[in-house]
Amino acid sequence: MAKEKSSDKESGFKRPDGRKVDELRPMSAKVGVVPNADGSAMFQFGNTIAIAAVYGPKEMHPQHSQNPQRGELRCTYNMLSFSVTERIKPGMSRRSQEISKITEWALKPVVMIDNFPSTVIDVHIQIIQADASTRCAGINAAALALAHAGVPMKGLVSSVSIGKLDKQLVVDVNKEEEDWEEGEGATDIPITLTSDGKLTHIQLDGKISTKQLKEAVELAKKATEKIYEVQKKALKDSVDLGK
Amino acid sequence: MRNEEFENEEIEQEVEVESEKERKVVIPGEVIVKGHDYLPGENTEKRGDSIVALRYGLAEEFRGLVKVIPLSGIYTPRRGNVVLGIVSNLTFNGWVIDVGAPDRAFLPLMEVPRFVNKNDIAEVMDIGDAVAVKIWSVKRRSIDLSIKSRGLGKLEDGMIFKINPNKVPRVIGREGSMVSLIKEETGCNITVGQNGYIWIKGEKVEDEILAKNAIMFITERSFVSGLTDKVKEWFDKQK
Repeated sequence: MAKEKSSDKESGFKRPDGRKVDELRPMSAKVGVVPNADGSAMFQFGNTIAIAAVYGPKEMHPQHSQNPQRGELRCTYNMLSFSVTERIKPGMSRRSQEISKITEWALKPVVMIDNFPSTVIDVHIQIIQADASTRCAGINAAALALAHAGVPMKGLVSSVSIGKLDKQLVVDVNKEEEDWEEGEGATDIPITLTSDGKLTHIQLDGKISTKQLKEAVELAKKATEKIYEVQKKALKDSVDLGK
Repeated sequence: MRNEEFENEEIEQEVEVESEKERKVVIPGEVIVKGHDYLPGENTEKRGDSIVALRYGLAEEFRGLVKVIPLSGIYTPRRGNVVLGIVSNLTFNGWVIDVGAPDRAFLPLMEVPRFVNKNDIAEVMDIGDAVAVKIWSVKRRSIDLSIKSRGLGKLEDGMIFKINPNKVPRVIGREGSMVSLIKEETGCNITVGQNGYIWIKGEKVEDEILAKNAIMFITERSFVSGLTDKVKEWFDKQK
């Protein structure tokens, strides 16, 4: 990335990788990456890559979890052992359980599965390469995979992490920024919005003023518009109408 | 069992009439058309003054009715559909059959037109056997099946494989034109279930593989217009 861009004109703030404060990392998305799944997608933010596979709607097992009134969404988020520099122990951890639940809640408002009683839709998210914002990449991939699986949805969701480095708000934090130690340190705020700008998920880990939090949501709105375009393109380009 | 009399032409198939209208790919939440002159059809919703897609697929407008033809997704059972399934369980009064839908399908013992020893229904059909059935009724949480029509019953020999159920209309073609072309070219007996399961039975394995490859060729090019001619060309090349 060009070094000349490294400082933001208004604030003079310098990001470690030379991005502007409201600049996302280069994104890419693709659907249909897992041939045996009913729907699948890959989503990438710079060096963070997530793969989501959707199975279902299918009969819910175990049976006591069946809901005769509506279908259920079941997400599993998992970081593969080689996704980070230091090998992590494979399998579910406290962190991955939490993120699985968060992902479920972020997606649930847009998924219309009321007409599939006693069934479940399984969403498996695998992080194959991690450089912070993995849950956001995971949610973006999962939204794509659900659409690709033909699940009725009110719309897509797009997720982005807003960071507060010292006092400066930045869009789409990477690992280096997440470990920011100067001044007030780093605060990470993952935000998920629908394509019409409604909030489905927000997390806050650290301290922030209410005024700045509102600014963060506004920044996220602008950023998710760009993410939505990438997601839309991925879905549309996967169909070859033979023209 | 009754394979000799397998006449697939007898099986009624629901054929979607191919229209040459302009179609566009839509994603969930995308506005298809604006204005009050339109009505929301299948897989769409009205929000304010616009018609919004609820599923990923191809949007189509016909006389003001807007609908989305899904490109993916699991099979939704409909009454009268001929489907292929695998026996997944035996009960005291019938068989539980997996037809690829989220709900289980049940084939009652009474449907079998000959005497069956109730203590050994596995003699007729055992777990893992493939069977061609018709959907008799779709109730909340359960599907009832029938095998009383002609051409239905246990499938012996041949091969069975699955394709995307949304591509079945293309494999059958207009009034069965595509599937009869494949039958002519390969000399195989083919049954296409609405749930995407396809059964092929030929004299030689080579014929069956050729028929399978032809079907795969169609599913990969399901949006190309004039596909029947392209399949003819493909068969000429294979020879």
